[in-house]
Amino acid sequence: MNITIIDILWWFLSVVAIFSALMMVTSKNPVYSVLWLIATFFAISGHYILLNAQFLAIVNIIVYAGAIMVLFLFVIMLMNLNKETEPQKNRWLKIAGALAGGCLMLILVAALKDAAAKEQVASVNQGNIGLIKNLGKELFTTYVVPFEISSVLFLSAMVGAVVIGKKE
Amino acid sequence: MHLLVIDLWFILGKATLIACIIGLSFFVAMYTTLAERKVAGWLQDRHGPNRAGPFGIFQPLADGGKLFFKEEIIPLASNKFLFLLGPGLAMVTSLVTSTVIPWAAPVTTATGTFPVQVADVDMGILIVFSVVSVGVYGIMIGGWASNNKFSLIAAIRGASQMVSYELPMGLALIAVIFMTGSLKMSEIVSHQAEHGINFLYQPLGFIIFFICALAECNRTPFDLPEAENELNFGYHQEYSSMKLGFYLFAEYINMFVSAAVMATLYFGGYDIPFVNEASWGLESWIMSAISFGILMIKIAVILFVFIWIRWTIPRFRYDQLMNLGWKKLIPLALINMIISAAVMLWLKK
Repeated sequence: MNITIIDILWWFLSVVAIFSALMMVTSKNPVYSVLWLIATFFAISGHYILLNAQFLAIVNIIVYAGAIMVLFLFVIMLMNLNKETEPQKNRWLKIAGALAGGCLMLILVAALKDAAAKEQVASVNQGNIGLIKNLGKELFTTYVVPFEISSVLFLSAMVGAVVIGKKE
Repeated sequence: MHLLVIDLWFILGKATLIACIIGLSFFVAMYTTLAERKVAGWLQDRHGPNRAGPFGIFQPLADGGKLFFKEEIIPLASNKFLFLLGPGLAMVTSLVTSTVIPWAAPVTTATGTFPVQVADVDMGILIVFSVVSVGVYGIMIGGWASNNKFSLIAAIRGASQMVSYELPMGLALIAVIFMTGSLKMSEIVSHQAEHGINFLYQPLGFIIFFICALAECNRTPFDLPEAENELNFGYHQEYSSMKLGFYLFAEYINMFVSAAVMATLYFGGYDIPFVNEASWGLESWIMSAISFGILMIKIAVILFVFIWIRWTIPRFRYDQLMNLGWKKLIPLALINMIISAAVMLWLKK
């Protein structure tokens, strides 16, 4: 079996992604959770690059790691949330949450077990639809209507944010 | 059959290049600190540092040595891990951008052409942009982990300043991308070599980009995160020794890299403007060396302007800074973008 650098990167990124996602959920300190989530985003962006979806990878970093997570950190740092101030949740609530999560996982596993997609291995380092030129062409020709509608959605969200922010 | 299929020479070559670029960034940043103090001296009608070596040429070494030997203090109430992570992150993010900059004309040898660039990826400019947007974390984490309210306020100020100025920066960039039709840094340079430097077509875009670069590097008049007279010393107040050195040094590396980005995007990068140097018929490695020198000259001029501005203009107030970013630069950048798009469309017809 040939081990290429892509295999090594894939394993490395997968381990990092799963580990940091677990750490994000289990950390007691919310600031740590945010930082682990950022690490997860970076690992997933690495996967996108392996799949040759470069634009998606970069946008994932710019938008999620660079903008949204900064706002999360802002809020958490300013509210000074930490281990001591974290509200103690009811034990039954925790059990219910674990059960619900387990059910979701069960369904996902059951749905994917017989799916045809199982046979298809992700084509690593191939395909060029993820390159910005092809992606842009697709978005502005085939999918131009949903694309424009989603931009209107963003605009309305922006207007809403300004209205809420202006309220005295 | 190989167990490990890795192109070792490729990795070795890139590693050498990365090491060279990091070394170069450190070297230039070191001497920018000296240049800063010298220029400050001249502007204030004094000599500036002139004791360490001829013309104070060893002053940066003395400064670095001093920082290394200072007592290292980690505040008891601070978050130890994040406190150490902050300056490291600041340094890493300031260095990463240099990967996509083409430093010199490609060298052609018998075996092939070697670009003097770590990664000539499709997403060139966007990588610069993404690193800029991640650069906030060094400041925020350091400021928060210090467990000092002045540090925290300064860190929040710094982060909101950087987030605000990313937007006009990106909008100014879009006009450059229009002109080139590619996000690749190497293509942006070769496009300028053919059609003239972008600064001629995008003067307003350059000015917007330059102002935003000042803000992103936390340089005067936007050095609010370090405002001594309001916030004691800013987000790195609790830092001492080389951890403080990392923060200060990262700022100079940021300056160097952003000067390199501006030289590449708006002033033709390693190309000599208005000169067709390909007709000289020099050997490619000589050409490469010359083009590297040209890029460094452009960077030096931009760095001088950075320093000149610092010792000329006083600091903005915080509300003025936010007004400038959101109410002036963003509309200006949008207008600039629309006009350039319209002109491009009109010329194509």
